[in-house]
Amino acid sequence: MAALVAALRWNRSGRNKELNMNLAQFREKTLYHGLSLGAVSLVAGLALALTDNTTHAAIRAAEARDLQLSLVQVLPAGFADNDLLKDQTSIKREDGSAVVVYRARLQGQIKGAVFQVGERGYAGEVAVLMGVDYAGNILGVRVVKHGETPGLGDKIDAAKSRWILDFDGKSLGDPTPEKWAVKKDGGQFDQFAGATVTPRAVVKAVKGGLVFYAAHREEIFAK
Amino acid sequence: MKYIDIWKDGIWRNNVVFSQILGMCPTMAVTTTGTSGLGMGLATTAVLVVANMMVSSVRHWVSQQVRIPVYIVLIATLVTVVDLMLNAYLHDLYKVLGMYIALIVANCSVLGRAEAFAAREPVLASGLDGLAMGLGFTGALTLIGLIRELIGGGTLFAQASLLLGPSFAFLELKVIPNYGGLLLMILPPGGFLVLGLLLAGKRQLAKMRQSASGSTPAATVSVHC
Repeated sequence: MAALVAALRWNRSGRNKELNMNLAQFREKTLYHGLSLGAVSLVAGLALALTDNTTHAAIRAAEARDLQLSLVQVLPAGFADNDLLKDQTSIKREDGSAVVVYRARLQGQIKGAVFQVGERGYAGEVAVLMGVDYAGNILGVRVVKHGETPGLGDKIDAAKSRWILDFDGKSLGDPTPEKWAVKKDGGQFDQFAGATVTPRAVVKAVKGGLVFYAAHREEIFAK
Repeated sequence: MKYIDIWKDGIWRNNVVFSQILGMCPTMAVTTTGTSGLGMGLATTAVLVVANMMVSSVRHWVSQQVRIPVYIVLIATLVTVVDLMLNAYLHDLYKVLGMYIALIVANCSVLGRAEAFAAREPVLASGLDGLAMGLGFTGALTLIGLIRELIGGGTLFAQASLLLGPSFAFLELKVIPNYGGLLLMILPPGGFLVLGLLLAGKRQLAKMRQSASGSTPAATVSVHC
């Protein structure tokens, strides 16, 4: 009986050793490299898909919340009483791109609009959200997305500097078109020491937004 | 390797920035203020800990030939998952840290630690190595950021409350009032200047210690990527 157990045990360990030998050899084969890398990629891909799937709704909700908060920032308190996120329309610009416009109403009356425009900054696009009243006067401007240099160009961010508030109350006629530029270019808006490209992009974007609004006002409120 | 050695290596002796000279891209790019350096450092630390533990736990069945691509897939996946999770569930923190997270994939100190440490050591030690290296990196970035910020703008930890919450507003100091700022320090040359001087300082310190004790310091590990 004891001999049988011993024999079995020997047999098993022998088989294991053989298996280990085969595995060690197999690990040196190209097939194993491919398979293991493939397996890792498969697991990684699954993890990414799963994460994207579970976080997608939450990210959408968070972005909508952000947008809602920004919309409120570029309009004075009590300016509108409708849900701007639901009252939106898409307008085609001359260059073919589409601009989403949120319409502000107070007791059903058209009051103004909020929309996002962009311009190339120092590091990628600077996205600007601006609110205008029906006549085309700026109610508020906020930079909602940028990749400008921290400590230099990021003064366009309302959290870091009050610079962006300079646009409040301006319109296409005030200042005059040639003054719609940074001071370095003969305009009336401040640039920052060491960062002219960034404020220049913002000024250009805001001016472009006003031109866009003036050209499409009827269309925006027609629908 | 003793845990205390892992700890000392990461924080000082084999510091990612000052000894290994790794992760130079974030070291130069985001150290314009102490706060930015701190944010980048902390985000990198979190990734280093988890990436090291992941690499360590698969070390027995990943063969030599494909180990680098496997590590890269693991690290990139980890960073992307963290990015998505933060964006979804800690959105306010994400808005502050978001721009650093994508940069971590390109930080070769993460791959460097996977290759130099986690590929041969047990999971727990690898996690500790990640933590120590990460904190050493954080310290270096914060120090460089503070120096550049102080000379460049006369402040310390500007906008720290945006990163750490309003309760940390006391960190924000305006050291030199009515100071125009030395722009050069905020611009890229400032990064090179400060890093160069700090490296020279560390070298000098090691030299002085060496001549004091008569022993040769451990050779610096250099992995280039």
